[in-house]
Amino acid sequence: MLGTGILKGLAQTALNLVGTFRKPAERLVTVQYPEQKITLKENFRTIPFLVYDGDDPEKGLRCTACKICEKECPPQCILIEPLRDANGKLAKHPKVFDVDLAICMNCGICAEVCPFDSIKMDSVYEITADDRFAGLIHHKEQLSKSNEYYHSIKPTEATEVDGRLAEEQRKADESAKAKAAKAAAAAKAPAMKPAAAPTPESPAP
Amino acid sequence: MNSEPAKLENAPLAKPYELRPKALADGGQPGELLEISMGPQHPSTHGVFRMDVVLDGERVVKLKPVFGYLHRNHEKIGENTTYLGSMPYTDRLDYFCSLTSNWAYALAVEKLAGLQAPERAEYIRVITAELTRLQNHISLVGFLLQDMGASGTPLMYAFREREKILDLFESLTGARMMCNYMRFGGVRCDATADWISRVLTLVDNYPRFLDEYEALLTSNEIVVARTQGVGVLSKELAISAGITGPCLRASGVGYDVRKVDHYSIYDRFPFRVPVGEHGDCYDRYMLRILEARESVKILHQAVREIPGGDFIDPKVRAKGFKAKPGEAYGRIEAPKGELGFYLISTGGASPYRYRVRPPSLINLTVLEDMCLGHTVADAIAIFGSIDIVLGEVDR
Amino acid sequence: MTIWESIDQAPVSLKHWLVGLLPAAVQWLASIMISGVAIIAVFATLFAVAVLLERKGLGRMQNRYGPNRVGPWGLLQPVADGIKMLIKEDIVPHQADKVLHLLAPVLLVAPALLAFSVLPMGRGLTAIDFDLGLLLFFAIGASTELSVFMAGWGSHNKYSMLGSLRAIAQMISYELPLILAAVPVVLLTGTLSTDQIVAAQGSMFWQWHICTPWGAFAFVTFLVCALAESNRSPFDLPEAESELIAGHLTEYSGFKYALFFMAEYFGMMAISGLAITLFLGGWQAPLPSLSFVPGWFWFFAKLLVLIWIFIWVRATLPRLRADQLMDLAWKFFLPLALLNLVVAAICAKTPAWIGWPAALVLLVPSVFGLGRLLRGTRPRGGKRIYQYAE
Repeated sequence: MLGTGILKGLAQTALNLVGTFRKPAERLVTVQYPEQKITLKENFRTIPFLVYDGDDPEKGLRCTACKICEKECPPQCILIEPLRDANGKLAKHPKVFDVDLAICMNCGICAEVCPFDSIKMDSVYEITADDRFAGLIHHKEQLSKSNEYYHSIKPTEATEVDGRLAEEQRKADESAKAKAAKAAAAAKAPAMKPAAAPTPESPAP
Repeated sequence: MNSEPAKLENAPLAKPYELRPKALADGGQPGELLEISMGPQHPSTHGVFRMDVVLDGERVVKLKPVFGYLHRNHEKIGENTTYLGSMPYTDRLDYFCSLTSNWAYALAVEKLAGLQAPERAEYIRVITAELTRLQNHISLVGFLLQDMGASGTPLMYAFREREKILDLFESLTGARMMCNYMRFGGVRCDATADWISRVLTLVDNYPRFLDEYEALLTSNEIVVARTQGVGVLSKELAISAGITGPCLRASGVGYDVRKVDHYSIYDRFPFRVPVGEHGDCYDRYMLRILEARESVKILHQAVREIPGGDFIDPKVRAKGFKAKPGEAYGRIEAPKGELGFYLISTGGASPYRYRVRPPSLINLTVLEDMCLGHTVADAIAIFGSIDIVLGEVDR
Repeated sequence: MTIWESIDQAPVSLKHWLVGLLPAAVQWLASIMISGVAIIAVFATLFAVAVLLERKGLGRMQNRYGPNRVGPWGLLQPVADGIKMLIKEDIVPHQADKVLHLLAPVLLVAPALLAFSVLPMGRGLTAIDFDLGLLLFFAIGASTELSVFMAGWGSHNKYSMLGSLRAIAQMISYELPLILAAVPVVLLTGTLSTDQIVAAQGSMFWQWHICTPWGAFAFVTFLVCALAESNRSPFDLPEAESELIAGHLTEYSGFKYALFFMAEYFGMMAISGLAITLFLGGWQAPLPSLSFVPGWFWFFAKLLVLIWIFIWVRATLPRLRADQLMDLAWKFFLPLALLNLVVAAICAKTPAWIGWPAALVLLVPSVFGLGRLLRGTRPRGGKRIYQYAE
């Protein structure tokens, strides 16, 4: 009949209208922000942040300023200046670690390439600032967040990272112990030679 | 390198493009012509796009598409960024279908480097690509109806379903639209069993939504009146202009890169390729609905059959990735057409030449031929039915 | 008088009391002015209700909430809209004809309000009760087209002018089927007075004109033409944003734009009111047992139902193209309305058991035939079957 298509269409709209009242979970999917907020998926990534173990953001920071993330970042939004000690040697700690959030495109490549599991992707999205330029550059203090925080936003990932780091630490300790034992054995044998006590290098935090 | 430009002795002079024709194609004299620019800010162009239209009364006499407002130097950036670093930029080409853009680029690099993704990765790739196709097709139908004046109702329904697919992408890749998920030799991270079961739930419910959508639109007399017979694209013109994707198939050519190239594991899925007959807007619209139904079938099978195993080739290091010298062209059937990446490598960390074959741009070349003789309202409907994303057109 | 009757007659009693307070010399003026003020007040409120209903209804049909921030359930949204429109800057183009630019919206709202005066809104609640009510309604309705032209011309904008010409063409084309759909009613009731048309329809709903074959067709034609007259979807080409030619409303901002908006809704309500009067029994209850409920309640309930149908159609259908719109008016609705007139004449002169079958035999095939004719003018009509490759 002429007009059945229109009537079918009208029936569909009516169905949706009634559906928003009877089955709102299926039809009316609006989340009334800011009173309600969507529960974020665990994998949701926005801006990067630096993980520190323990309580002290400076001492526990995992980052060694190796600058791999700065190199790999596609839009080059990371600026790292490594800390140098009194002799000018690299101290495996960043003095300056800036992420320009206006440039960051949340791709997650920095987190992917970090060999020390020190930079991870955060899930915060309410990061407005008053100043367009300086306000959107997050410095090391703002970026450092504890491992507990990392566990709270991404439990599975954090547990896996912790397990891997603990495994690496254990292997490093074992190999260090083995080396020390070998060095001690070698030092004991030739008693004439001055025994240089090898100090085991502690692995990087 | 030659420092002086080549001398073109006997090169033919290029004819200046004449926007106001002195005579019409059928030999008649045009009346008072009205030249209008449907400017870059327009509620119905899918992005910043301009059409210079010359009208004779209400009929379109000439149409010149002007684009480039969204040009972001994608290809030049690709020459200066590492292979891995270009992957997030491919998300932003066709921002609706980021996962298929990722896949085309990964395919090109894998061809260049001679890599092969493990089976589980291939299944995940197929699942994500077909999900992308689903959400792209219904969004397109929603936008087409929105441009035709349906006050947003089909668009809202399409977006309601699209949200479910985007939620799946967020669980898997970490972002809803800019997924950055494919890697050379596999995918970035694994898909959990929970995710697979959620895909199955979505795919089970999807045909019901498509039925509702079709009941609203397919036999609607006004939709039929606005789209049938409008913007006919002949088979010969489509083939000679290089049109691909649903636009080509609507004109009667059964060419689907998934069937022609046999890339990835698509040979294991017995899906059909719908082919239209008249090549008008209605055919293009119907074809997308039919393709969505075929994608649902592929998804059902893929979700059932997905094996365990590695999600990426363990020997590949994405970070310091250097490709051997050579060239490769990797193409897939993106939801909009054939999306191809052409890479020339000289052995460094970045490609020497990085070229994208954007389906939207190639499909746009026949816009004028399709619009001639129609009214302005039809031009908008035709433009909507080609399925353009300006990110891809302008790169 | 029982309590229900006194509620029913409350507006009339109030008016008589107010008029009685004034000296006899000005009572005639006071009576008219009170009616006018009452109509404006009631229908402005109904306009606010209709706007809110539209936005919430459209929202729900599109699976979203409508406005719900301003006041509980968005009830204060019309107030917020009104304040916004009032404080917006009134931009008049530099070379525009200022008088015409100002007069156009005013002359659009005034006839719409004037048209309410002949609608019987309850027992004894017709503002102007005179013999040619229907004719007055249509005459006033036709004068709105001039205002549309003034809007386009006064904007001094080539595209507004073209848009307003298109709008006028649309409105004129649909005036004919509109009036021809109303003529069978006049034929069968023998009067042009709206009060008597309501009285001629019985007090039971199967006696209303919509329950006759010619009445049903006339009602559908009337409603579709009403949609076209008030420039509502699917005939809202003049106001479309995604069309190139911008329409007569481009150069209007602020309160003048609000006046155009109001005029559209007032027109919608006026024509719905007339449809109710002609076909749906006016202020009468569907069953005599329910007639204790006041007449004005039934009138406004039916009005809200019709407005709801308009909103429903807007949510569902895309826009028609300009030439398709004209085709529909001239090649489909006009012949149908004329045929309907003949059928109504047949029904008037023959008993029901001859008239009704004759009506159906004449009307139904012609609907199909005209529909086929319309589709036939398009190149590729008909159902389609899709093949699969390989």
